Amino acid sequence: MITKVLAAAFFSVIISTLAGGILTGLDRKLTALMQGRCGPPVWQPFFDIVKLFSKEPMVVNDFQVLAAFAYLFSEILAVALFALKTDLLMIVFIMSIGSVFYIVGAMAVRSPYSQVGAQRELFQMVVYEPLLMLVLVGIYFETGSFNISGIMEREPLIIQLPLFFLVLSLVLDIKMKKSPFDFSASEHAHQELVRGIQTDYSGPYLAMVEMAHWYELVVILAMLALFLASHVVLGILLSMLVFFAEIVIDNITARMTLKWMVGFSWCAGILLTFSNLAYIYIRR
Amino acid sequence: MMALQDIIKRSLHRSPWIVHYDCGSCNGCDIEVLACMTPIYDMERFGMINVGNPKHADILVVTGTVNQKNKDVLKSVYDQMPEPKVVVSVGICAASGGIFRECYNVLGGIDRVIPVDVYVPGCPAKPEAIIDGLAMAARKLEEKVEKKRRAI
Repeated sequence: MITKVLAAAFFSVIISTLAGGILTGLDRKLTALMQGRCGPPVWQPFFDIVKLFSKEPMVVNDFQVLAAFAYLFSEILAVALFALKTDLLMIVFIMSIGSVFYIVGAMAVRSPYSQVGAQRELFQMVVYEPLLMLVLVGIYFETGSFNISGIMEREPLIIQLPLFFLVLSLVLDIKMKKSPFDFSASEHAHQELVRGIQTDYSGPYLAMVEMAHWYELVVILAMLALFLASHVVLGILLSMLVFFAEIVIDNITARMTLKWMVGFSWCAGILLTFSNLAYIYIRR
Repeated sequence: MMALQDIIKRSLHRSPWIVHYDCGSCNGCDIEVLACMTPIYDMERFGMINVGNPKHADILVVTGTVNQKNKDVLKSVYDQMPEPKVVVSVGICAASGGIFRECYNVLGGIDRVIPVDVYVPGCPAKPEAIIDGLAMAARKLEEKVEKKRRAI
């Protein structure tokens, strides 16, 4: 029993590592194609990660090492728990613990870029965490369960909770740090505040942070796929569609301000969740 | 073990990240360095990314002459880069001081301050030449790792 569980967790982590890397590579390739460039090969992120792991470790503050490890392992744990179909609430909490370590690790150094980046990341967390919680509340309202296995037994959630799906897509956009939400640090080709929150994570620790991002991406995309869990292939296709939409949005929008993000995300998020909740109530 | 070494070397070769430092250039070479990122030249197809942070970079691209004011900054940027690292000097000013060589404040080429691995000549250097120099620098990264391994 226990070996079976461990094996399932192990395989899910391996698969999500591959998926996360390929998705990031696909993101870079598609972004390049949209900009009229040729772009790197799809497996480029794996080269980057291996290279970063082989670089000389440079640590400004010892706490950063712990922070990078904690971030990576909490995201791995989140992926494993998701694959084992456990409590969705627990998974989100574990992911937030990882993000908090990431932020505190950036706060632990004296670089002003890192500090400001960490403050902004904190702001982003303040914006997306309540929205993520609201999505979970909506799912609970509909299915009466926080358990993924319980949720998967129900009819497709997207029919009852289409607006919650949009809110989760918004959360994904903020989590992915893509335009117009690239405040704390930017993805590959862009720059913000030197490298924002990642300024003082370098070499192997940067690789850990990058990999943790992959797992985060995979978990949120899996959550999106959960909205069509009864048809797994369709669910994955749906989440890929959202992923593609995020890339398009990244390429057609500019960076906005933090204030705008708070206003827009909370207004849109709360409006969408409440209208969807009202719809569920009326239908009952 | 050999296979792992090969993968690491290949990765170093395939993903050189670049930090560009303008050491008082006339901006001619800077514009050409930036032109490498445009759709026509697109250095990202070789995995090269322009990063703003020396701590993430493998290749330091320097343009312009080094003078009394910025020699410490250049040294500091170089020192902040983690090993293995290589330096590419772009343009004739970075190579030897160019037409500014005799100025009272100019030290000369950047090799007076930091070790240079690849010189890209030109005034300004063409983007094709710069990308060629960066590819050569990526090979040098590989060689450095190999040398270190042999030393151990």
